[in-house]
Amino acid sequence: MSGPSTYVPKSAIGRWFESRLPIMGLMHSSFVAYPTPKNLNYFWTFGGILSLMLGVQIITGIVLAMHYTPHVDYAFQSVEHIMRDVNWGWFLRYTHANGASMFFIAVYIHMLRGLYFGSYKAPREVLWILGVVIFLLMMATAFMGYVLPWGQMSFWGATVITNLFSAIPLVGESITTWLWGGYSVDNPTLNRFFSLHYLLPFMIAAVVVLHVWALHVSGQNNPTGVEVKDVKRDTVPFTPYATIKDGFAMVVFLAFFSWFIFYVPNYLGHPDNYIDANPMVTPAHIVPEWYFLPFYAILRAIPDKLGGVIAMFGSIAVLAFLPWLDTSRVKSASYRPVYRVFFWVFVVCGIGLGYLGAMPAEGGYVIASRIFTVYYFAFFLIIMPLLGLFETPKPLPASIADSVLARGGSASAVAAGAAHAPENK
Amino acid sequence: MAEATTVEPTRRDFLYIATGAVAAVGAGSVAWPLIHQMNPDASTLALASTEVDLAALPAGGIMTVKWRGKPVFVRHRTAKEIQEAQATPLSQLPDPQNDADRVKKPEWLIVTGVCTHLGCVPLGHSGDYDGWFCPCHGSHYDTSGRIRKGPAPRNLEVPQYQFVTDAKVRIG
Repeated sequence: MSGPSTYVPKSAIGRWFESRLPIMGLMHSSFVAYPTPKNLNYFWTFGGILSLMLGVQIITGIVLAMHYTPHVDYAFQSVEHIMRDVNWGWFLRYTHANGASMFFIAVYIHMLRGLYFGSYKAPREVLWILGVVIFLLMMATAFMGYVLPWGQMSFWGATVITNLFSAIPLVGESITTWLWGGYSVDNPTLNRFFSLHYLLPFMIAAVVVLHVWALHVSGQNNPTGVEVKDVKRDTVPFTPYATIKDGFAMVVFLAFFSWFIFYVPNYLGHPDNYIDANPMVTPAHIVPEWYFLPFYAILRAIPDKLGGVIAMFGSIAVLAFLPWLDTSRVKSASYRPVYRVFFWVFVVCGIGLGYLGAMPAEGGYVIASRIFTVYYFAFFLIIMPLLGLFETPKPLPASIADSVLARGGSASAVAAGAAHAPENK
Repeated sequence: MAEATTVEPTRRDFLYIATGAVAAVGAGSVAWPLIHQMNPDASTLALASTEVDLAALPAGGIMTVKWRGKPVFVRHRTAKEIQEAQATPLSQLPDPQNDADRVKKPEWLIVTGVCTHLGCVPLGHSGDYDGWFCPCHGSHYDTSGRIRKGPAPRNLEVPQYQFVTDAKVRIG
């Protein structure tokens, strides 16, 4: 897609360096000359926003690690020390803690964008699967990060999540003991979680490089789902068009992020995490961070331990098979009137599961969780494969350029414009 | 020249495979320390047993003691609670076990205070069976610490313990 580099170094030093390590040419063809479909909407800015958030989390995380102590006797105190004594410590910690939430808001929008516009379909299957891998790494990182302050929710969240592995037949108990480094969540657990919480973001960064690489091989999808046919007519260069648009979206996103940091820094957290961890007392209601709630609701919807754990992990694993579960040849939901309805029901179902995950596991809440869980899986395993066979899609535009022109002029002018387009160049 | 294109494995093929196999064993043997270091260390394994003085606990009371980093419930059961536990038919139990197999003396029930579902600490004297109730995911245990209702798969675990005297018990 990006083709051979058109980068020409201007200086003698540039030419000398480029002939030895062509990294400037790589950057140029990836982020300057790279052709982006000219009809991308603002949902396509979330990839850039996510890169920004990864950077924010790594930078704030590295400086927080300079003040944090990963020991059961000092962890909670050291976090309070960051909040009260360290210069700008409150700002760094609130940015890091809310940054995790912002990261997940952005990633969920990014994933739903892909789901709506069919970005997982050929030739972008590997790109999509790398995205699922990043999502899993993000979840592991966020979970271990939440344990570090060693509050009540940290401790009991860690206990519940690590106990999920005890559901594995035969070796479950040994695996759980191995994860803990003891017979319960304790100091060895905290230490290794800190170590891994520091490691995983760099693994995410590495997979992000593969994700962007795969993206630049197949090219971006776009709101019509029609592939680029003529690079000149259908695309614009990444710089300045996408850089400026992404930059603007980042600024808007940072304004939203700042509102949380400066006005409601604890809104997305849980008050129980300001209580020092106590291994003898479980809080009355254990809830994970909001971004895990839909999966937690699925776990609790199944009345069997192993079954619940399988359903929860399955709800994420199923995403990796999406490119083959969706049988429709049309990518974008804009041209799939029936899929579009099921998609929005799926979004409501996801939000519903999120709400139910925060409610106690009893009575009507459990029944509702079961109904939503059935829909969650049916959407991927039944609706997607069958819909591609039965749905009649709307006619697709001939090209990206035609769809852009159609929005500008009247229908007849478009038809004429489209017919004459090749000559107009 | 048919001999030149033969697929018969040669001495060199054998050496390649043998060398590769030794390298794989070598890599595996180096991986083991890296994996095993995460298992409980010597100081954790050496954690002393806990002695509990039972004299202070009135009938009907539950005491929580810490053993190996987790809570252990010591319950001084009343006659009614013992009767309830003993009278329950095994057919009503998801994880069938006689009450007699879970106690050394009927008045004293000693169980690990860790829900067998996902590891929360259940609350005493609550739930539908007057034993324990786990607030996390709604598991109900009876007065013998046996699972009766909810997602937990097994009864509360009975740790190793012995009575040192009539009023003192050593757990572990």
